[in-house]
Amino acid sequence: MVDYINILYAVLSLGILGLVLGTLLGFASDKFKVQVDERIPKVREVLPGANCGGCGYAGCEAYATAVVEEGAPLTACVVGGAACAAKIAEIMGAEVKVEATDKKVAKKVAFVKCSGDCDSRKVKADLQGVTSCKEAAALENRQGCSYGCLGCGDCVKVCKFGAISLVNGIAVVDEEKCVNCGACVRSCPQKLIESVPKDNRYRVACNSKDMGKTVRENCSKGCIGCRMCERNCPVQAISVNDNLALVDYTKCTNCGTCASKCPVKVITGREAI
Amino acid sequence: MKLFIIFVSGMLVNNYVLSKFLGICSFLGVSKKKDAAVGMGLAVTFVMIIASIGAFAVHKFILKPLDLEYLNTIAFILVIAALVQFVEMVIKKYSPGLYKALGIYLPLITTNCAVLGMTMLNIQESYSFIESIVNAIASALGYMLAIVLMSFIRQNIDNNENIPETLRGLPITLFTAGLMSIAFLGFQGLIR
Repeated sequence: MVDYINILYAVLSLGILGLVLGTLLGFASDKFKVQVDERIPKVREVLPGANCGGCGYAGCEAYATAVVEEGAPLTACVVGGAACAAKIAEIMGAEVKVEATDKKVAKKVAFVKCSGDCDSRKVKADLQGVTSCKEAAALENRQGCSYGCLGCGDCVKVCKFGAISLVNGIAVVDEEKCVNCGACVRSCPQKLIESVPKDNRYRVACNSKDMGKTVRENCSKGCIGCRMCERNCPVQAISVNDNLALVDYTKCTNCGTCASKCPVKVITGREAI
Repeated sequence: MKLFIIFVSGMLVNNYVLSKFLGICSFLGVSKKKDAAVGMGLAVTFVMIIASIGAFAVHKFILKPLDLEYLNTIAFILVIAALVQFVEMVIKKYSPGLYKALGIYLPLITTNCAVLGMTMLNIQESYSFIESIVNAIASALGYMLAIVLMSFIRQNIDNNENIPETLRGLPITLFTAGLMSIAFLGFQGLIR
């Protein structure tokens, strides 16, 4: 014989308890309502809402509050870019010069400074079955290039926009999807990922500071520090320090001389966008 | 005398974090900085005291008369969650400064098992009203003691070059928590 009365009591008492508490909370939230600046939800509305943290605040909500209450810079949202900054400026009633805005939020994308995919990497690191780059980076006595992409995909996991994928053992950024929030830059234990201007098509896809000989032993696509690019650049935009070529993106004119002279083809010309 | 025993027992001998292993999540999560640890400890103290009162009332006037004591857990969670929400609103209204300091920790406490464990223990030991409140204060102070001690230690072990790279961060923190727990075993002799 099932004791229906007791079940009824249980259901009723919990139900009523929940109802009473809920109603009280409802009244309380009305009574203790805090006047928030009505611009905060408006600013929040025009933000992309990805909560990526690229602006340096905890999320879109925090950034919106900071803009309204603490006078945070209107152009901090890297995802929304100039269009978003203009909308925020409209809400805040402030003038943002379009030129200044453009310069400050010039479209940047993440770039993985390594070409060591499964084909070009001669000595492969024995990662002993680890599944994250952070673990792999902590392993002692790793074989092969100690600067390159570990290929475990920590950056892929943190990317909220699906812009990074592992292709043939190396992380590749889809520049169409990348919004430069910086999550991958922070996640990479090798410090391989860098924010670069999207318009600069010629970049050095290597991060190895080893001597040329060591680089060659480890990888067929590593910068050997031969200075061919440095000598041939017409505008002195590229320099070699610590056996590694470095492009000064403010000087580079996208002429492509360095890419054609590079003997190991580590300077790559991205597709013009 | 009984109140004193309850106090010492709740704070040291049966420390919620280090002896009963309750509330570990926030213990590890919020112990990185001293200020945050103190804030969290204060918030837990506050919530534990009002939760013990609320749970005591619900148990005595609703669940016990209806013979529904098996619903303790679910009813107490309801009470604690509602209380925390209510407290959050009141603080937000009347003390924005305190809200800013506690704000992010309050929702964490809603489902903190140390709070629930304390209310359950009050019922289990059939404590009176006063004893319940004393036990709540004692357990909250015990929690605060553990988390503040931990934050002091963590300030020294984080980024310490002498620790092997593989152990830095959470692993060494867990070791530390284990050692602290062993140290707190020493208090077992205080009460027979």
